[in-house]
Amino acid sequence: MGLEDLNHNFLTARLEDLVRWARSHSVWPATFGLACCAIEMMATGAAHFDISRFGMEIFRGSPRQADLMIVAGRVSQKMAPVLRQVYDQMMEPKWVISMGVCASTGGMFNNYAIVQGVDQVVPVDVYAPGCPPGPETLLHAILTLHQQISTGEITRRREETGAGAELALDAPLPGRGVLHAPSHVAVGRPH
Amino acid sequence: MTTHDQDTAALAAETSEGVQEMAPRSATESAELLLEQGAVLRLPEGVTVDPGDFNVEVNPDETMIINMGPQHPSTHGVLRLMMELDGETVLRTKPVIGYLHTGMEKTGEELTYLQGGTNVTRMDYLAPLHNELVFSLAVEALLALEVPERATWIRMLMSELNRLSSHVLWMATNGMDLGAVSMMVYGWRERELVLSFFEKATGLRMNHNYIRPGGVAADLPPGWEDDVLAICDAFPPRLAEYDDLLTGQPIFRERTEGVGVLMPQEAIALSASGPILRSTGVEWDLRRDMPYMFYDQVDFDVIVGTYGDCFDRYAVRLNEMRESIRIIHQVVERMPRGDYRSQDKKVTPPPRARIDESMEALIHHFKLFTEGFKVPEGEVYTAVESPRGELGCYLVSDGSAKPYRLHIRGPSFANLQTLPIMLRGGLVADAVAVISSVDPIMGEVDR
Amino acid sequence: MSDATPAEAAPGDGDGAGMAAAEEVHGAPVTWSCGQQVLHPTREQYLDVVKALKDEGFNFCVDLTVVDYLAHPARRLPAGVGPERLELVVNLLSFEGRRRTRLRVQVPAGDPVVASLFRLYPGTEAMEREAFDMMGVRFEGHPDLTRILMPEDWEGHPLRKDYSVGRVPVQFKHPPETR
Ligand code: SF4
Repeated sequence: MGLEDLNHNFLTARLEDLVRWARSHSVWPATFGLACCAIEMMATGAAHFDISRFGMEIFRGSPRQADLMIVAGRVSQKMAPVLRQVYDQMMEPKWVISMGVCASTGGMFNNYAIVQGVDQVVPVDVYAPGCPPGPETLLHAILTLHQQISTGEITRRREETGAGAELALDAPLPGRGVLHAPSHVAVGRPH
Repeated sequence: MTTHDQDTAALAAETSEGVQEMAPRSATESAELLLEQGAVLRLPEGVTVDPGDFNVEVNPDETMIINMGPQHPSTHGVLRLMMELDGETVLRTKPVIGYLHTGMEKTGEELTYLQGGTNVTRMDYLAPLHNELVFSLAVEALLALEVPERATWIRMLMSELNRLSSHVLWMATNGMDLGAVSMMVYGWRERELVLSFFEKATGLRMNHNYIRPGGVAADLPPGWEDDVLAICDAFPPRLAEYDDLLTGQPIFRERTEGVGVLMPQEAIALSASGPILRSTGVEWDLRRDMPYMFYDQVDFDVIVGTYGDCFDRYAVRLNEMRESIRIIHQVVERMPRGDYRSQDKKVTPPPRARIDESMEALIHHFKLFTEGFKVPEGEVYTAVESPRGELGCYLVSDGSAKPYRLHIRGPSFANLQTLPIMLRGGLVADAVAVISSVDPIMGEVDR
Repeated sequence: MSDATPAEAAPGDGDGAGMAAAEEVHGAPVTWSCGQQVLHPTREQYLDVVKALKDEGFNFCVDLTVVDYLAHPARRLPAGVGPERLELVVNLLSFEGRRRTRLRVQVPAGDPVVASLFRLYPGTEAMEREAFDMMGVRFEGHPDLTRILMPEDWEGHPLRKDYSVGRVPVQFKHPPETR
């Protein structure tokens, strides 16, 4: 058929932009509720705040179907290896929101039991402050993430630094103390 | 091996006691297996359960141990269960906990009595006000401090509202677990009603630190009666809606009736309390039987079940909400005027206006919040009825401004021990319904 | 020695200023703390006293925990009860009598072993495991004494007073270049 039929009916775009746009509008979170923050995360998913406005209503039980891990709550030393395993099971591209001060820094529990910041275990893209962050704060964090995804900043940074999926732990996990995330121990997983 | 390594190995050998996970059948002696009729909860023979249909002579090749959690959508947080299955039948169950261990009892020894509320409120995050309440009651008992009447009534109001929000959230998650997703949406909707009032009164939706030693942090906001009565008016029709939606619904009944049955003797032996205990028919509610605050002056019924199954636990909670509304009505009626916190200079900071005028008041305020107040030496145990059962606080003071030892008896921690008994002999598909009916809050289990 | 109970002394607090544990329940000296009855059995008496209390109607074991008195050795105890570093605290409840009682058992840190209550109150299973995990008290006759809250390979017992809080100092520094 001739091009004349297509007069006004097509757009041009870079494929990359389209992919980003699509990605940012259907980020499926994994359920990773840990503590009090998880309750607010669920409240965000419920009718009143309605996370489905942002194409995220489907909390996936299986990490393999999820794009986003919302670490909602305090991460204990016992949970950290589990958290890391769940993160590793998620498919690229994947993002992490650290929800609440406990997940971000250990919060008020600066003691033997809590990992002082989940960024020692997995790379974090957006931190949501608060104890607990209200649903509004979480929505703001999510929108910030969407923006970052659609401007492509995250993927660019990942490619440059090799962070993201290639951040690895000092194996084996120490029984106590801080989990180390050495700069790059490349696991060499293809993107 | 360096000396350090040796030390470490020696220490590890001394303090490690083997695996927490469930051992395979082949590695478990048969006498142990008999005890293990309910794994974490290995009931001694003859004490409470009849051996029932449990057959120890199972071919070990035909059973398998599956692991559920700690990250599983239906385990309500980070509970991990190991179940031994024969086909679809659960033979043994062992909860593995500690994935949310926060060291709160240790942190509690680092915080002054005034700051302690921020710590305990984060334990049972669905009933934060009850945690603050039990802690404050313990501190006040050690101080022998009288709390003004109005403060006590405010505390009662808030704890009953909190019971509402907690139970309604349980309704939501229980519905979700059983596939009644609309129930989930409704439950969260109702919870927002209560939470918006909490936000108005305490400034936060959760983890309020509102009930403090000596009273409450702030008086109720103007117009609180209307807000509370609006909640009381909104709830009953919605509870009737739940009745329509779930109580008479054949699928829901099929999934809950006769599932996860617990006997009263078992519940008592396993130290279970709250709706779990009451669902088995034992009338035990601290609010009525060992009244604290002014619960002896209000009129309400203790709801009990008959069969101790999942449906009874659902019905007990549903009707407890109705009783809570009854109590709230009475509290609103009887709320006296007066102080919302004790005027004892020792624990209460001076009013804000005086701080601007008087140097002494400023210093007093500063001292109170930096050093805290000293609590006389002693030890005390206080208990309240939280939405999940008996919530206790054992507090030891050495006469300083920080607790010497703070121990919280979390009802979920004890209640969780009933899981292996409830699950035994049932189908693995029912496990979700049973776990949900126990309503474990991991923050309180692991602390 | 009776505790200097605050103004609202319990109804049962008969001996007023009376010292010298005149009161005994099942052979264990009794004190009153904030109006609450406290029994002080020895380690050897412990199991028998609990048994007797159970027969008496205390059908519900509410709570079991341990306190480490390393930093506060001089606490009030009745005459004849020597303080030890660890103290086992058991709260019992009677549904019928609607009353509580508490047992405080002195446990030396050098030999932290006490009898398990598991045969009497199966509900203490998890509580004793927690006490072991957090304080390192061993319970004789417990079917499965393993750590419950901490990972299995954890060293030490975190709630003991000589175990540090494990605070990680907050450091302010430049954000890392990458990430
Ligand atoms: S940040 Fe606050 S609300 Fe969130 S898990 Fe920590 S204590 Fe709970």
